[in-house]
Amino acid sequence: MKTPDSSPTPPLPPALEMIGATIGSLVNTDAVVVELANWKMEVGDYWAIGGLQASGKSDFLATAAGIMPPLRGALRVFGQELGLGFEHELMPTRLRVGLVFDGGRLLSHLTILENIALPIRYHQRHASAEAEARIQALLDLTGLEAWADRTPGAMRRNLQQRVGLARALALKPELLLLDNPLSGLDPRDSAWWLDIIDQLCAGHSIMDGRPMTLAVTDDNFAPWRDRARQFALLKNKSFMLLGGRAELLASTDPLVQELLHTEQLAMP
Amino acid sequence: MEISTRSWKAPLPRSYVDFFGRKLIGFLNIVHGLGAFALITLGVMFTKFRTARPVIHPLVVNQISQSGVQLLPMILFLALALGLVIIGQTVSLLNRVGANAYLGTIMVTVVVRELGPLLTALIVLSRAGTANVIELGTARALGEVEALEVLGIDPIHYLVVPRVVGMALGVFSLTVYLILVALVSGYLWAFLQNVPLTPGDYFRQLAESLRGRDFVLLALKTWAFGVIIATVTCFYGLAQPLRLEEVSRAAVRAVAQSVIVCVLVDALFIVIYLVA
Repeated sequence: MKTPDSSPTPPLPPALEMIGATIGSLVNTDAVVVELANWKMEVGDYWAIGGLQASGKSDFLATAAGIMPPLRGALRVFGQELGLGFEHELMPTRLRVGLVFDGGRLLSHLTILENIALPIRYHQRHASAEAEARIQALLDLTGLEAWADRTPGAMRRNLQQRVGLARALALKPELLLLDNPLSGLDPRDSAWWLDIIDQLCAGHSIMDGRPMTLAVTDDNFAPWRDRARQFALLKNKSFMLLGGRAELLASTDPLVQELLHTEQLAMP
Repeated sequence: MEISTRSWKAPLPRSYVDFFGRKLIGFLNIVHGLGAFALITLGVMFTKFRTARPVIHPLVVNQISQSGVQLLPMILFLALALGLVIIGQTVSLLNRVGANAYLGTIMVTVVVRELGPLLTALIVLSRAGTANVIELGTARALGEVEALEVLGIDPIHYLVVPRVVGMALGVFSLTVYLILVALVSGYLWAFLQNVPLTPGDYFRQLAESLRGRDFVLLALKTWAFGVIIATVTCFYGLAQPLRLEEVSRAAVRAVAQSVIVCVLVDALFIVIYLVA
């Protein structure tokens, strides 16, 4: 790692680091979905991770977000190891990572507003007026003002995922993981998502203009080919680093080619 | 949460020793899992007593409403029925054989010590406990628990603690109402049957049979029942990965085991009554 000037500040630790991590499954406690993953994500990176259905993308991100410890190996987030430890020591680091689940995974008994407000109110990060302003800003960002007092059950799936995004951004994480953000969306919704993700990467006012470190998973590389800067693949229980855009396009892996040209399937 | 209640499935038993051994190991696993879950909940209750009060307090209030206030009409109806049907009959029967002197003792033993708490616990279990397992089991199956964890919210603190507190207070308060109404309506029945017993005599007998320990043990017992119902139902809803189709089976098992544990604890209290 190079330091640009002679200032004595040490280099930033990577946003996320997996060292020989073996990743289990949230649903099936006996299964192993990814073996020996090594991954280093620098601050400011924008990763796209491809893989077919059931390749373990969701479990991989759940582990990266710190809710499921790796079965073996280590996970470091912003330089701190997220293994066994006291909750009050690990929690500040864990909250620097946000995760948008596939489908949103909203709390079905709460309204949309309460869902978004829950992390803010639970952690009491702000005074109440400031918190209300933040909740309102998140509703405006996702265009969900009209739904604020409805429950998730009354909502279409594409909007539920937006609530998931608003909720994940509530605590202003520095690293955002998005699980299959484009699944089941129509072109207009997809465009909205791609646009907002680009804005978050570049620095959005909702995050005080600070560029975010991002990782998305998808079963299609096409939307990310010109957006993400680093690429990886989940295949046969292994996590394969592909490199940058040029390496992605040059990859001879048949699955990469398949994931890159998925959109052509739809056009006969 | 790494609590597993593994059960070993086998075809029809070839050897009954094996069969009972498996059952016994399954039972011990459940006891182990439940015990660990209860201890974790207790730990969280104390360590996070002051955490996120603006979020947790409304949940506790809501739970008290669900497993207390909303059940009040049903409890009052049952108390009335209990008083009229059972207590009234006992009163008139005792009168006929001239055993009026034992009336207070019998009322206190039957209603205050045994029937009141147990009946209330069963009502709370059937109305609020089942809702609990289904609500939590569905949340677990749909991945809402992981969503909480990712937001740095302890699922035990957010989902279990309010239920334990609410149910303990719910069972306690409802038992008090049940006992009061049952005793009064019991006298009403006796009065309608022209039993020669003045209200003064009736309540004096009751007061003489009640001891200080009855009040203490009643409180402890009803709190214990509330905590047991909440813990067992939350354990079955939350503690292991569930698929949607398994929720109904989890509910059935949770209800059955809540009843068993409540009755066992009730038996334990009889021992305390005998010793004290």
